[in-house]
Amino acid sequence: MSAGGASGVTRAEVCAVACAEVFRGVGEVMASAFGTAPALGARIARLTFAPDLVLTDGDAALIDGAPALGESPSGCVVESHMPYRRVFDVVWSGRRSLIMMASQIDRAGNQNISAIGPWNRPKAQLIGVRGAPGNTVNHPTSYWLPDHSPRSFVEEVDVVCGVGYARADAAGEAAGRFHDVRQVISNLGVFDFDTPDHAMRIRSIHPGVALEEVVRATGFPLEIPSDLEETRFPTPTELSLIRDVLDPRSIRDRELRG
Amino acid sequence: MTMDELIAELECGMTIGFGGWGSRRKPMAAVRAILRSAIDDLTVVSYGGPDVGLLCAAGKVSRLVIPFATLDSIPIEPHFKRARQSGSLPCTEVDEGMFYLGLLAASQRIPFLPTRAGLGSDVLNPASGIRTVVSPYDDAEELVAMPALRLDAAIVHVNRADTRGSGQILGPDPFFDDLFLGAVCTEGKRFVTTERIVDTNLLASEGPIQTLCISRLLTDGVVETPGGAHFTACVPDYGRDETFQRTYAHAASDGDAWATFEQRYLTVDEAGYQRARAEDEEHQ
Repeated sequence: MSAGGASGVTRAEVCAVACAEVFRGVGEVMASAFGTAPALGARIARLTFAPDLVLTDGDAALIDGAPALGESPSGCVVESHMPYRRVFDVVWSGRRSLIMMASQIDRAGNQNISAIGPWNRPKAQLIGVRGAPGNTVNHPTSYWLPDHSPRSFVEEVDVVCGVGYARADAAGEAAGRFHDVRQVISNLGVFDFDTPDHAMRIRSIHPGVALEEVVRATGFPLEIPSDLEETRFPTPTELSLIRDVLDPRSIRDRELRG
Repeated sequence: MTMDELIAELECGMTIGFGGWGSRRKPMAAVRAILRSAIDDLTVVSYGGPDVGLLCAAGKVSRLVIPFATLDSIPIEPHFKRARQSGSLPCTEVDEGMFYLGLLAASQRIPFLPTRAGLGSDVLNPASGIRTVVSPYDDAEELVAMPALRLDAAIVHVNRADTRGSGQILGPDPFFDDLFLGAVCTEGKRFVTTERIVDTNLLASEGPIQTLCISRLLTDGVVETPGGAHFTACVPDYGRDETFQRTYAHAASDGDAWATFEQRYLTVDEAGYQRARAEDEEHQ
């Protein structure tokens, strides 16, 4: 899928760089990134504008460097031990920046990865809440949805796993103190919650996407700013990192439909 | 002890914790032995992987307490998915950090541990019974009071152990296995299965002291069962058997495939299982 404009840049490459932007300015924190575009994004950020970012090997180590997608990180330099028990120390201390995926996300920023339909007999059982409840009330969290549709962008999620703004507010000061749902990146655009009532708004639209397409694919009324921007293209450095270093096998293209 | 002796210590209706995480270092030989036994009506407490899936598929589970059920390389545990979608499987889901604190609270014999995790989310739905607690200090923050996850029995699988119950985990992550054992509140029901039993004086030569993370203070019985975590990963002894795992996952959506899988791998004893999967490898 071509993103148009700059020659040959694909939508997947625009999405990867949009994910990288999540890590701009976060400082020396642990980056966790689920999904292909987020995994690429964290590595792009680490190798360019966010050199202090701490990456993991996806197992129990922190690594100095950024392996290519789909390749064993065993060649990377290990800089620390990070078994799951220590991950919780990091999560609860707030020294983490995260991009999670979501089967559903709603207008208030609630995320669902647990179940679709009634709890006692789900229409679709998903993976489970995982760490989403704890992540979202402890450190900045963003989301990646590679298939933007009225089924994934819903008025209200079926099960609140990741906590959105209204729910965090209602749960009291302890829930809101470190709550910070920042961005939602989809295959169509970048979204945030910088509105008076923290309702989701579109912040930038990916090159080649019509606003009408985003509105149609969203299952609730989307806030649309008057100065809507276009998501930026990758720089030449970023493009060559993506194509030559981090994803020479183009794994990124399999995540997006079409 | 033998696996039969371990199984004889378990009873219908128990709450049993299984060590490991997802499709990693699961006590699968013990799970297979439970499948062959008459034990059922279990409450299963687990960072869920194929332990959860197999026990669900065999109808052994009356309730799950989990933060997730995954095969890692296959995101959603397919047999768990199927059981849940049939409407027959009550499930309490908690955040994976809450789950850790629940085991820790049980290990420390306290009723709960406070945490921010869970606030505002549906894991605090009324049916969960999970309540909040207000800090007695000036901040007066209202936090989740994660209740102790008390177990009747626990089974974990480790790389090496001695006969007295000192366990050694040689892989990069010990997960929460020591806490599963610590969370058992019943006398004599804390079990370690191991790839290999070694003499106590040889444990330290198998790996650095940090790998000796299960002390015999936490264990009541050890069973040697080589390949006992198969098909889950048990590094450095072996990685996940992805081919086998795909076969297992596929059987969730195909009755004939499940009958074949059951016949070949689950109706036979552990030696028969290990023979069958060794034959599979030869044919690849």
